[in-house]
Amino acid sequence: MNSTTLSPSAQPPGLLRQLANLLSILLSSRTAVAGLAMVLFWLGIGLLSLVWTPHPPNAQAFDANLPPTSTNWMGTDHLGRDIWSRVMAGTQVVLLKTRLSTTPQVVVPGGVALWGVIGAVGVGGLLGVNAGYRGGRVDQTIMQLLDALIAFPVIVLYLVIVTALGSGDVVVVLAITITGAPGVARLVRGLALDIKTREYIRAAETRGESAGYIMLREIIPNARGPILVDAMLRVGYAIFAIGTLGFLGLGLPPPDPDWGSMVNDARKYIYANPIAILWPALAIATLVIGVNLFADGLREELTRYQQ
Amino acid sequence: MNLPPSPEPLLAVQDLTVGYRTRTARVQALRNVSLTLNPGETLGIVGESGCGKSTLGWSIVNFLGANGFIQGGSIRFEGQELVGRSERQLQQLRGNRIAMVFQDPLQALNPALQLGEQMREVLMVHQQMSKAEATTRCIETLKRVHMPDAAGLLGRYPHQISGGQQQRVVIAMALLNDPALLILDEPTTALDVTVEAAVLDLVAELRQTLETALLFISHNLGVIARICDRVAVMYAGEIVEQATVTEIFQNPRHPYTQGLIRCVPRLGTDKNSSVLFPIPGRVPRPDERPAGCLFSTRCQYVEERCRSEAPLLRSLPIGTQVRCHLTEQIDPQRWTPPAEAEMPPPKTSPASPSLLLTGSHLHKAYPVPGTSLASLVGLEHRRSVKAVDDVSLKVFKGTTLGIVGESGSGKSTLVKSIIGLERIDHGSLEFMGMEIHHPLSRRTLETIRELQMVFQNPDSTMNPSYTVGQQIARPLERFQSVPRSQIRDEVVRLLRAVRLNQTYYDRFPRQLSGGEKQRVGIARALASQPSLMLCDEPVSALDVSVQAAILNLLLEVQAAHQTTLIFIAHDLSVVRFIADQVAVMYLGQIVEHGPVDALYAPPYHPYTEALLSAVPEPDPTLQRSRIRLEGELPSAIDPPTGCRFHTRCPRRSWMPDGGQRCQTEAPVYQEASPGHQILCHLPLDTLQRLESATLSA
Repeated sequence: MNSTTLSPSAQPPGLLRQLANLLSILLSSRTAVAGLAMVLFWLGIGLLSLVWTPHPPNAQAFDANLPPTSTNWMGTDHLGRDIWSRVMAGTQVVLLKTRLSTTPQVVVPGGVALWGVIGAVGVGGLLGVNAGYRGGRVDQTIMQLLDALIAFPVIVLYLVIVTALGSGDVVVVLAITITGAPGVARLVRGLALDIKTREYIRAAETRGESAGYIMLREIIPNARGPILVDAMLRVGYAIFAIGTLGFLGLGLPPPDPDWGSMVNDARKYIYANPIAILWPALAIATLVIGVNLFADGLREELTRYQQ
Repeated sequence: MNLPPSPEPLLAVQDLTVGYRTRTARVQALRNVSLTLNPGETLGIVGESGCGKSTLGWSIVNFLGANGFIQGGSIRFEGQELVGRSERQLQQLRGNRIAMVFQDPLQALNPALQLGEQMREVLMVHQQMSKAEATTRCIETLKRVHMPDAAGLLGRYPHQISGGQQQRVVIAMALLNDPALLILDEPTTALDVTVEAAVLDLVAELRQTLETALLFISHNLGVIARICDRVAVMYAGEIVEQATVTEIFQNPRHPYTQGLIRCVPRLGTDKNSSVLFPIPGRVPRPDERPAGCLFSTRCQYVEERCRSEAPLLRSLPIGTQVRCHLTEQIDPQRWTPPAEAEMPPPKTSPASPSLLLTGSHLHKAYPVPGTSLASLVGLEHRRSVKAVDDVSLKVFKGTTLGIVGESGSGKSTLVKSIIGLERIDHGSLEFMGMEIHHPLSRRTLETIRELQMVFQNPDSTMNPSYTVGQQIARPLERFQSVPRSQIRDEVVRLLRAVRLNQTYYDRFPRQLSGGEKQRVGIARALASQPSLMLCDEPVSALDVSVQAAILNLLLEVQAAHQTTLIFIAHDLSVVRFIADQVAVMYLGQIVEHGPVDALYAPPYHPYTEALLSAVPEPDPTLQRSRIRLEGELPSAIDPPTGCRFHTRCPRRSWMPDGGQRCQTEAPVYQEASPGHQILCHLPLDTLQRLESATLSA
């Protein structure tokens, strides 16, 4: 049998070419580039702090509440610790490590914010795709439970979770997961409702595939773009949430530095050292804005050239 | 050109070149397009998708979108240059002299506003009319497009009227300002065949009565033949031939035009001799256009000169303009199909057909959610749409059953019920001696494997996340038809069977054309070696040249694997080509079924007659009886009593009692010839008198 009627027109894309393509999409958006630069800056600082900080972050080596000097670039806090060193080390728990409250302590790579978002996307995604694809009673039950959850103010939910389960990195991860899952579920349900009308889903059904296969292998891969962008925005919210919990004194346990509790501590001594509150607040703000800009830019570029 | 050259044509496009910016490059959509349009004239633009037909229409109204731009050339309208003007100047120049009608009427109408409000706005903004004046004018115009109850219509919203009526309203809106030029971009493509015929009648009538010049863009040669004075054939952004409509269809000069005409299924020809000849290959993408003649990659007359030197559009003594070096040497009468063309195998009917599938008294109804309070608490009687209502059918092994009907006739529901995607309410369905009326989840893997489906929409038939190879391999894994180690070889064999080579294995769906996606869909369905393949309008979204190739491929597959096909279509000409048996559906019932040859000649059901008469034939000289159905398809929630077709039946008055019986009594099947049954009260000898719509030679 001959196949000359249809000649090949394009080469299959290699992994490298796909990466290059993704990169060119990224670089064509100034917003995304600016966001990426801010995120990479903090990532670099965090990695650096693992091996080097100007002073040990937890050592009470100086006078308390010093203004910025040549030794302490950002001054010192109420216990005489170097603020810049603490801001640097504060990146770790957000982006780079999660401490499990076992004895001896086990450290898992990946920050609390990241694990929280992974949890939210995992739980929310599974609930959402089930609601969207199965429809009917399953949809009703899942979505009404999640709607009930959304009805609570987020801060109240945090308080309930932390009060019930105690403090610690894992509890914060759990809190971010529980508060984030309903939003993800709504998004994924909407995508699944759309994708399930496509004919390739009918084709899967007519070869008798299980519902699980259809949801995980046929629907989810086609929803990954919007889910990815949403997840990135959620990393921003999660960093913010960690800051909020820290500020309320419910966050990550001392003595390791945490930006939220640093803001709270500096607030108490704002008359003695007014500028100290600025640094951790600035750190939270720039990282959150960076993640958001990156996600926004990516979304814009992805939708502009959607086919 | 054989029209008298007027001093100033209405529209003169000269060397128009239009490009689009994409993220990585600029692509040229139109190249040196020149055409003129005189007042009152109708020019058809025809070509496959991706040839720049719509871009031409949009560039005239400067509606190219954010990334389109005119690179060069001129567009003169009523003596004024349009290219290079600002938006404000253009508005003054064009004013309300150009109007455009698009394919999808729902996108042209604002769903949130009453039709009257939208229509009046046109007049009140452009001509500063008072509201009362505007209303009178709207009603007049609506009457001109034959809308019943024009005054009442003004208070309705777009969703409250049917698709055909929506398109009439859009046309009426375009006519409100008495434009000098009306651009119609595929105005009937989204409509059913019977509705399309009525809208085309309207356009043809308006053409006679109006001063307006029409630019009619369509991919459908049959539609073009009915409407136009002159035709321009476009290929890959260029005009390759321009001539009067009779010249184009009777004496096409360009190989592309000749090819297009050869791949259209016709009603008139005899089934066994009717063969569709696809054009090999596909329209080159803008970035891969060849040097020299653009058609050289698909042309069977190609010579060395064609590959190096681009031909110019030149006028022949007969008046035709053609862009081909060799047109004088080409004699279409002596044409033979090229060696690589996909030709259908000779049709062999099985000697003793055995039954594969028997459906008897199948019913399927969808419950309609009520809106009243009583229905909310479950007190009201539940209403339902009877999508399939008492349908019985028989399918013989190795043959093709064609199912034809308008949208809403229940043909898709019937097929989905057979394959198990929909639950059958009651009735029995016997497949290879087993009862399979239950849905997919309760069928055995063996049964599932035997029934596979080919889908309609090439863009959604493949999962965009997986390669072609992965998608064809999945059914092989699932049904374990071949050992794991041989899956790749088997996929390649299947790809070959649908005439795709091995390089397609690692491609993603976005890298394929519509026809190629449809081929992969067929390969995927073939993977489990099914006995019965259900094809849900597999060619209705494809270009004619590709459509012919896919139809031929299906016939080839059928001959090679002894596969039985159920083929749904809304177009009787396609079904005639592929089917052995045909069933015509109307409102959930089969009104006529029988062997294909018997069905296309009288006696036939009045509905079949109307469907046949509605098929646009690619022959401008053909004068056929115009049987048009009145009104729209009635709701299947409350189908008409008695004969379901009586509300629209054009032959009801032929009943001895003037059609009283049709209203009250449901007809029973009459056997016209062995295996040919008609659901009608009219006696067979009356049906025999129905005019033959197939004026075969």
